[in-house]
Amino acid sequence: MSAISRDEVAHLARLARLAVTEDELDRFAGQLDSILQHVARIGEVAADDIPPTSHSVPLVNVMRADVPEPSLAREDVLAGAPDSAEDRFRVPRILDEE
Amino acid sequence: MTDVTNLTAAELAGVIASGEASAAEVAEAFLGRIEAEDGAINAFLHVDAEGARAAARAVDEARAAGRELGPLAGVPVAVKDIMTTKGVPTTAASKMLEGWKPPYDATVVERLKAAGTVMLGKTNMDEFAMGSSTEYSAYGPTRNPWDLSRIPGGSSGGSSAAVASRMAPLSLGTDTGGSIRQPGAVTGTVGAKPTYGGTSRYGLIAFSSSLDTPGPFARNVLDAALLHEVIAGHDRRDSTSIPQPVPPVVAAARQGATGDLTGMRVGVVREFDEAEGAEPGVIAAYKQAVETLGKLGAEVVELSCPHFPYALPAYYLIAPSECSSNLARFDGVRYGVRTGDDGHNSLEEVMALTREAGFGPEVKRRIILGTYALSAGYVDEYYGKAQKVKTLITRDFTAAFEQVDVLVSPTTPFTAFEIGSRTEDPVQMYLADLYTIPSNLYGGPAISVPCGLSDGLPVGLQIMAPTMRDDLMYRVGAAFETTQTPLVPQR
Repeated sequence: MSAISRDEVAHLARLARLAVTEDELDRFAGQLDSILQHVARIGEVAADDIPPTSHSVPLVNVMRADVPEPSLAREDVLAGAPDSAEDRFRVPRILDEE
Repeated sequence: MTDVTNLTAAELAGVIASGEASAAEVAEAFLGRIEAEDGAINAFLHVDAEGARAAARAVDEARAAGRELGPLAGVPVAVKDIMTTKGVPTTAASKMLEGWKPPYDATVVERLKAAGTVMLGKTNMDEFAMGSSTEYSAYGPTRNPWDLSRIPGGSSGGSSAAVASRMAPLSLGTDTGGSIRQPGAVTGTVGAKPTYGGTSRYGLIAFSSSLDTPGPFARNVLDAALLHEVIAGHDRRDSTSIPQPVPPVVAAARQGATGDLTGMRVGVVREFDEAEGAEPGVIAAYKQAVETLGKLGAEVVELSCPHFPYALPAYYLIAPSECSSNLARFDGVRYGVRTGDDGHNSLEEVMALTREAGFGPEVKRRIILGTYALSAGYVDEYYGKAQKVKTLITRDFTAAFEQVDVLVSPTTPFTAFEIGSRTEDPVQMYLADLYTIPSNLYGGPAISVPCGLSDGLPVGLQIMAPTMRDDLMYRVGAAFETTQTPLVPQR
């Protein structure tokens, strides 16, 4: 039985904001299925009482002095944006017209 | 004077400091070498000739003014294109960032500049560092200088190929699951992954933040240590940076060069010996290397790390999960390209079209896989379980390092494979990182040092050390190197 269906891949792609093609769906479904079958091996490990590790460096609440410093210049930041206007990032329409 | 591209980084620094050659002459020699060779190899995505010349001139002026020069002043370095470089194009080998010029330098790049090194340009890689062959670059694969039909490893394949083919004496890569060590192994170069948190992630385009580690490539162990020491050390702009002094890696490399490993205990991992799929030629070169370490005075101890076989599956849950989150920033708003903004499509549609056009297949696969592993109903079974396996692997290392000083293994199960032979079978590609991933999950340092050839292609010996004991792997690596003939590709 496959671990992941084509429909599931399509759903995940939507969640991840990827407009994948039909052709990609066909390829990815099979490939992701074989990857998932491989990684499912971690199910064999008995780890019920084991605490998880997120970072290997056990640092918590790293603080620094709250001293204001100059930020990047606005025009330098906007220079790399695909579109900008009036010193801001310009984005496509987010609200439907009334 | 002889062709300076044959010199080591330490030698180059010496001839520049003595005035035998100027930094400008050295820079020209390497720029010339890139001009002659890179058409065939494709190691560079961007050559910054103008920037290199200016940096070299500054070193020559400093020397003329009698100012003291650092240990790598005037030495050229190639930089992986995942590191931001102020005003110099940075794409992470993705179409998503085509033409982007960052407004700031990564910490490691800032430190390269402060040390007076000369940045030659940005090197090719697997897109966003996801891959083991550099074939997933959106700008064409890099070719291995040992055999142009083969891969140079990945994801830092441009950096390994540039050093192997003498287009640069040094380069920087990043290692998340083996992306410095595996390309080092298959190109016959030295590649080191420092302790996680020992080198700053600030200004790296993030792939898997709990694992990403920048580190050096060189043609010998001392050179790698010299570059390591320049880029390492605490950085307050990286919250996972370790606030401790840099391990004495250069001194350790010099100590190792005496070729004496008396009193050093070297562990071989039983579970790695039982792993399937390694090429016989790789195993033969590795066994020979272990024997050599014994002859140098080290005591070889066989031990067990029972959870190592689960490192690869755990990694392929943790890394894609973190990448699916990290790469959410590429939405066609703040940097890079935007697709489908025709005045009719909604913001959400434009994002999806931008990401569809901007990302290549491996990046999409990993984003989807990570989204799956983090989704409700699966997060405990997959991401949560993988984090527990990370704890168990750390415990394996901790127990092993009570018995031995370092662990050794082959760096990668196979030598450089043919371009195109594994791209459609992700699991086969992932196996390249079988031996390298445990150190990433544990966070400890590891280095790959050339240990001979198999069918005419380089093989690497991996040396793994405890967290913040990077010096130990340099000592063992440098000692081992004294027994080896330098590997020189035809190109």
